Formats: sequence, C-alpha cells, structure tokens
Amino acid sequence: MAISVRYFATLREQLGRSEDRLETSGPVTAKAAWDQATDHQALPAQTLVAINMEYASRTDLVGDGDEVAFFPPVTGG
Amino acid sequence: MMACEIRAQPFDPWQTLADYQGRLPPGQYGATSVFVGTMRNMNEQRSVQAMTLEHYPGMTEKHLNTICEEAGSRWQLLDCLIVHRTGEISVNDPIVLVAVWSAHRGGAIEACRFLIEELKHRAPFWKKERLSESEESRWVSGNSNYGDHA
Repeated sequence: MAISVRYFATLREQLGRSEDRLETSGPVTAKAAWDQATDHQALPAQTLVAINMEYASRTDLVGDGDEVAFFPPVTGG
Repeated sequence: MMACEIRAQPFDPWQTLADYQGRLPPGQYGATSVFVGTMRNMNEQRSVQAMTLEHYPGMTEKHLNTICEEAGSRWQLLDCLIVHRTGEISVNDPIVLVAVWSAHRGGAIEACRFLIEELKHRAPFWKKERLSESEESRWVSGNSNYGDHA
C-alpha cells in the first residue's frame, strides 16, 4: 500500500523534508505511519494529524492512496 | 455565495472589498461586517520585522470553504469572503480579510466573528517571525483565544 506522509512548519524543519512515501502491507494507524516514515522520532505532544486533509487522530487508519499530514497547532489569521 | 482565496502577494483589503461588493446584487444586503488582520511590529514582548506564512495547499481552501458553509447554515447570509496571505509578509501588511453580507446586522457581525475565530483555530496556516534585534527566527506557537488581549 502506498501512503503519502507530509510534514509542515516545525516538523518539516526538524525532519529536513516535507514528504515521505511509505509502502505498507496493510492499513496502519497515523502514528504507525509517522514511526515508520521517521524511524521512530518523537512525535511532539501538540502535533495535529490530518488524513486526506481532514483532522484525524493518531489512532485513525491510513491505507492505500491516503495522505496523512503532521503539523503543529495552526497560527493563521 | 462565498469566496475563499489564498494570496501569495500583498493585497489591498479595502480595494478587494470594494471590488467584491460591487458584484453583489444591490439592494439586498443591509449589513456588511468586515475584519482585517494586519501584521504588528511586536509579538510576545519582542520586536518583529517580518514573517513567513506557510500553509497546507488544498486543506486550507477546503477548511475555509467548510467554515463559510457552517456560517451560512447558522446565520442568514447573502455572501461571505475570506482572503488570506501566504509567503513573505512585512510589518503593516494585511494578512487576512473576512467580510460578511446579510440583510441585518446581527447575522453579519456574529458570522464575521465566527469566521475569523474558526479560521484561527482550524485553517492550517503557520507563522514564522523574524525578530528585529537579531537574525533569529521563531515559529509562533499558537493562536490566543478571543478576548485574551482585551
């Protein structure tokens, strides 16, 4: 299964990249996708998760063709 | 009814507002409520010279549209407009324009407040400030709640 993993703002800078492509044998949780993509780097407590551009939780599943994104609290406006 | 735009270049909110309102059917709206957010030269006790606004293309537009739809279902609105900057922003540059048109003032004012508050807490934008006294940059850590600085 191909999963797109995206990072924004502080997380993008800390990881030094904005995106990873994951291959998994089946659906995985958002947190598991993070662990696999980042080689188990710590996920900051306040990190927000979006799956296919909708807010989600770390335990929600991502599968083939999905995009999961990780980013800090938003600061627009 | 409604438009949400992301602008990578500086814009004049008042000209944008006039242009947009000029296309609305005259005689139908009796109330226009407007919020304009502008970049300050000071934040959290530090002098700031500029900032970069990052966003999540696609998710941002999706959530701005959702917020407008929610406002349209809660109040009787004729139209609403959100314009938000991204990219390099200088002190005194407008960052965001929110405008709401309705028949009466109650819906317009309440919906305008709702839109800017929801935008600040749900739309995926992130500000990185460049401080004035040094070349140091810092990410803004979070948006305050309405009334925190009253």
